[in-house]
Amino acid sequence: MDNSVNNLDPEIVSIKNLSFSRGDRQIFNNISLSIPRGKITAIMGPSGTGKTTLLKLIGGQLQPDSGSVSVDKKNIHHLKRSDLYTLRKRMGMLFQSGALLTDLSVFDNVALPLREHTTLTESMIRSLVLIKLQAVGLRGAQSLMPNELSGGMARRVALARAIALDPMMIMYDEPFTGQDPISLGTLVKLIKELNNALGLTSIIVSHDVEETMSIANYIYVLSEGKIAGQGTPEQIKKLDSEWVQQFMKGDSDGPVHFHYPASDYHKDLFES
Amino acid sequence: MIQFLQNLGNSTLSSFAKLGRSSFFLIHTLTAISGVILRPRLLLKQLFSVGVLSFLIITISGLFVGMVLGLQGFYILSDFGAEETLGVMVAASLVRELGPVVSALLFAGRAGSALTAEIGLMKATEQLSGMEMMAIDPIKRIIAPRFLAGFISMPLLSALFSSIGVMGGHIVGVGILGVDDGSYWSQMQAGLDFQDDIINGIIKSIVFGFAISWISLFEGYDAIPTSEGVSRATTRTVVNSAFTILGLDFILTALMFGDI
Repeated sequence: MDNSVNNLDPEIVSIKNLSFSRGDRQIFNNISLSIPRGKITAIMGPSGTGKTTLLKLIGGQLQPDSGSVSVDKKNIHHLKRSDLYTLRKRMGMLFQSGALLTDLSVFDNVALPLREHTTLTESMIRSLVLIKLQAVGLRGAQSLMPNELSGGMARRVALARAIALDPMMIMYDEPFTGQDPISLGTLVKLIKELNNALGLTSIIVSHDVEETMSIANYIYVLSEGKIAGQGTPEQIKKLDSEWVQQFMKGDSDGPVHFHYPASDYHKDLFES
Repeated sequence: MIQFLQNLGNSTLSSFAKLGRSSFFLIHTLTAISGVILRPRLLLKQLFSVGVLSFLIITISGLFVGMVLGLQGFYILSDFGAEETLGVMVAASLVRELGPVVSALLFAGRAGSALTAEIGLMKATEQLSGMEMMAIDPIKRIIAPRFLAGFISMPLLSALFSSIGVMGGHIVGVGILGVDDGSYWSQMQAGLDFQDDIINGIIKSIVFGFAISWISLFEGYDAIPTSEGVSRATTRTVVNSAFTILGLDFILTALMFGDI
């Protein structure tokens, strides 16, 4: 009963007044955002704005200084360890590096969450793993070891592993970075297809503007610990924030200067 | 001066914090051990990489240490016409001290450093984070089997080291220098006490195994996840293990053989 009520809730992740700092550096300053169920939501921003940190806060791997993060109506930082782990079984995360266990084959990597969390027989696990690998197009690579895979293949295997337990949402950490055009196209297509076919919620953290804009339903743009802009891809394109426009178009100069703050150039060259 | 005090305070605080973290880590690992016993395949794999792969270095080192003991012992003992007691001298040195201590130092260098580097790299490549996000506790799945494997392997390797060392002493003393074969073994049999020498030696190696596994796994787990961080952690494992082994050895020897 409770579950069906949850399923009706249109919001899957709710972040309220979140602040987080590392040492003296403030990464998030009182941000609030909400991730709708069943949609692809992108969180964009330049490197170092704490996009990955945000995913780790949602996954409960980091504790915020203040504010709350709720996943499926549960405040993730107030959960007991066992409850947190139960919730994490329903959340997949795709790390930038893939994070495959290097001592296990592709098959065993995908089978790992099934073996750890279910009591299925080995033949059922085999069928499930093959279904997941088929979905990412790598059934033929099942006996390879992670060091024999290309970066794009490793990410697809990690994606198969992330969907092994049929989670309610998947968090993608920079899924498009460092991919050749073919892998990139495959990944974009896969993320969209999986989201629609499996009824998932996807959160994509990325600074690859074009690819992200092409599949996201809603976008948050982060800058210096704040949300600099938000909206659908069309709304973001029309947003009259100079900063957001510079980021989206990739201009080398604008509100974010090409030069790191420094003293006067001539003075530095000739007067010292 | 103020700067000096500040640094001193900082480093004291951070070492206490590290001690606290490592204690929590140890408690967490020990509570996860029962799960490992139920999954012998994970343990067997680690026993192979931690224990069996250390076999060669332990055997060869044991042989040479025994041979050197035989040689040095013979020259000193023959000055007193007591070369017949070579067997007991070689065996006592080995089972009481050299066996546990040298094999522990070698084990820290061979297996401890490998464990730290492995865990540190798993952290750097987000494998540990990835497991946590899959709701798999890395302490249960990764750390505990390695800890138990180190704990089990160390006494066995140490016993192997001592046994091979005794054979090495025999090769040099009896085979080359002409000590009587019967005396070598019978003096050893008469001079060594099972409780005082052999059991105490085994206790030492168990304690060293525990310490090395703890240090090496914690250093890996606590490493800064960069290549420099992992390299520093690996160095710290070898250095800290060596200090800990030698320090513990003194304390244990004092408790076992001394009247302190």
